[in-house]
Amino acid sequence: MKDKTSTTAKSMTGASILWECLEREGVKTVFGYPGGAILPAYDALKGSKIHHILVRHEQGATHMADGYARASGQVGVAVATSGPGATNMVTGIATAMLDSSPIVCITGQVGSKLIGSDAFQETDITGVTLPITKHNYLVTHASEVARTIREAFYVARSGRPGPVLVDITKDAQQTTCDFDWEAAKPQLPGYRPDLSPERKEYEQALELIHNSKRPVILAGHGIIISGAMAEVREFAEKAGIPVALTLLGLGAFPASHPLNLGMMGMHGEAWVNHTIQEADLLLAFGMRFDDRVTGNLKTYASNAKKIHIEIDPAEINKNVKVDVPLVGDLREVLHELLPHVESIDRSEWLDSIDQLKGDAAVRDIQNLPDSGHLYAAHVINDLWHETRDGETVVVTDVGQHQMWEAQYYKHEKARSLITSGGLGTMGFALPAAIGAKVARPEAEVWVVVGDGGFQMTLCELATIVQEKLKVNIAIINNGFLGMVRQWQEFFYERNYAATPLLNPDFAKLGEAYGIRSMTVTERSQVVPSVQAARQHDGPVLINFRVEQEDTVYPMVAAGASLHEMIRRPSKIVETAADE
Amino acid sequence: MNRDDEVDTTNRENMLNTYVVYVENKPGVLTRVASLFRRRAFNIDSLTVGRTEKPEVSRMTITVDADRDQARRIEANLYKLVNVLLVENITNAPAIVRDLAMIKVAATHEARSHVLELASVFRARVVDVAPDSLTIEITGGEDKIDGLLEVLRPYGVLEMVRTGIVAMRRGKSSAPVSATNNTDHDVAEEDVSHSV
Repeated sequence: MKDKTSTTAKSMTGASILWECLEREGVKTVFGYPGGAILPAYDALKGSKIHHILVRHEQGATHMADGYARASGQVGVAVATSGPGATNMVTGIATAMLDSSPIVCITGQVGSKLIGSDAFQETDITGVTLPITKHNYLVTHASEVARTIREAFYVARSGRPGPVLVDITKDAQQTTCDFDWEAAKPQLPGYRPDLSPERKEYEQALELIHNSKRPVILAGHGIIISGAMAEVREFAEKAGIPVALTLLGLGAFPASHPLNLGMMGMHGEAWVNHTIQEADLLLAFGMRFDDRVTGNLKTYASNAKKIHIEIDPAEINKNVKVDVPLVGDLREVLHELLPHVESIDRSEWLDSIDQLKGDAAVRDIQNLPDSGHLYAAHVINDLWHETRDGETVVVTDVGQHQMWEAQYYKHEKARSLITSGGLGTMGFALPAAIGAKVARPEAEVWVVVGDGGFQMTLCELATIVQEKLKVNIAIINNGFLGMVRQWQEFFYERNYAATPLLNPDFAKLGEAYGIRSMTVTERSQVVPSVQAARQHDGPVLINFRVEQEDTVYPMVAAGASLHEMIRRPSKIVETAADE
Repeated sequence: MNRDDEVDTTNRENMLNTYVVYVENKPGVLTRVASLFRRRAFNIDSLTVGRTEKPEVSRMTITVDADRDQARRIEANLYKLVNVLLVENITNAPAIVRDLAMIKVAATHEARSHVLELASVFRARVVDVAPDSLTIEITGGEDKIDGLLEVLRPYGVLEMVRTGIVAMRRGKSSAPVSATNNTDHDVAEEDVSHSV
């Protein structure tokens, strides 16, 4: 055990300094893939207490670091070599950037003397990742390693979190210098992550809140990042204001809470979107008015005043013009507001929202007679029923199954749903679930993934087996790139160009990796298969062969107004022969 | 950018905004700033960068065509760059704004005296004389340089280069320098009409 308070400098290689600094930043596990330019760092790994998880593709390493970060709130770390190793990280870095996820990516770089010579496996990765990182560094001397790592972690986790890439040349890893942790303090004179609103802005916000008859809270990812779940709940209860959630906000406010309306936006319930359109005040808590939640901006909540509590000043007035911006950490801002918030009876407003629900419940697939066919909504609903009492983390991919998960899995707690929202990265789920399981070994981790996205990163099944991780995988297999097919159905005259998939037998594939696998084709088999998966010691893969041409309802077409929803048909129409 | 939703049009009038941006003098910082404008689809009209009185700080003057909301977001986005130390939007502040141009004009013997006269009216300097051309250096606000350029054009502008503007806030409660001091271009600017 090294003396953490020691201030005496000692001579170490850049590679050893790297691991030492990661340990001091609290890192227990890194996800990586070795190669030439990062070999000195891998050689020095043997002297470190950090556990290295060997991935099968560097994209997987970044999603794992991201899943780790989202499950725990701690910085996730991914390691790769120069050139192709580094460029393979790009998708994962962009994913973390758009969803404000704190990860640090360490890449090897060719020797500093070779930079610019088009050396073997040389890529200007700081140039490549400049627009998709919060910040990045090129380190060319061993003496810069310690400060850079400290700065990278600080930048990644503070303010609005995000990915930071540190590119370290081979010679900077190999050469030796004096290491002094205390002396290597971050020097970031231009970086100000901790802003707070003006007194006047608080007063303006309170006035709007107290004068509002029809307010709605729009609850986003920022609540979870800031850890403001209790404050939001107290605020909503005290002021009697209903809460609509973004996709990444799910779990920030309990699904079962009477004030919870559910998800807003493109695939939100119609009454939730109608509520927003009829509101006279929007309280945006840590959300950024993404086009998937606003629909057409011309008609978006046009009768509502807007209060925007947001840590990133560049988000203010970006998509939606707001009346009162409160720029700062959400939790701190709510702490300031809470003592001054008055209890107001808004039962009239809440009753009118209940009226908006109309026949939505009747149209819900869960309330329709079971036709014997297997629908994705059945799978998600039954999975939720079976796992809701435990500490479950669901990690989804992107597409129809993701929206069904958001609609039918009722998330009560923060960090119980991990999903790629902003970038919509297919292939995210499986590796991100690995990261989540590593971060929270006691949690039950379920991957919910489509047959398309699963095949983008399925190589990480080997990582699951090699690391002996208990991860359950539910493939929602409809033989289509389902969401693209749905758009083709609605907007391209059912021209299903390049969306049908000819798939392998996923159960056999799972078995080939040594993963217990099964195929489910009927609804009656869903619960037994989920129970079997939960009871099994190791990882389990379930191939759910669901209705092929099922559609996610309701839907706001891209560019349409939020209240113009394509509703669920009143009864399910079979559109394809069953498998 | 979906900004068509705004009913209020007062913030939507585009104007040229001038920012003075102090950045850490480190490799790659210019790329970060330039990349930000490209990434967010803001159009840079001009960008200059140079040293300051402090060796660890570089100073940029950036002019951008933007409406008021965009101008605020440009400032916020610049602050998000870790290496940016200070951003000042000096568009509406009292400031000295200078551009420098070198203009090579075709000037055979009959045109030569006219060109020299025009240069002198604009208080520009002749910095190179060749048998069939003159090169004129002029410093001043952009309008002044545009004015000279316009009157020189009929003679044939062979080559022209401009530095882009640099700007500095005026000192506190400063007065314009006395009109007798002809070396101050600000005064020269007032002397010459260049509303061509």
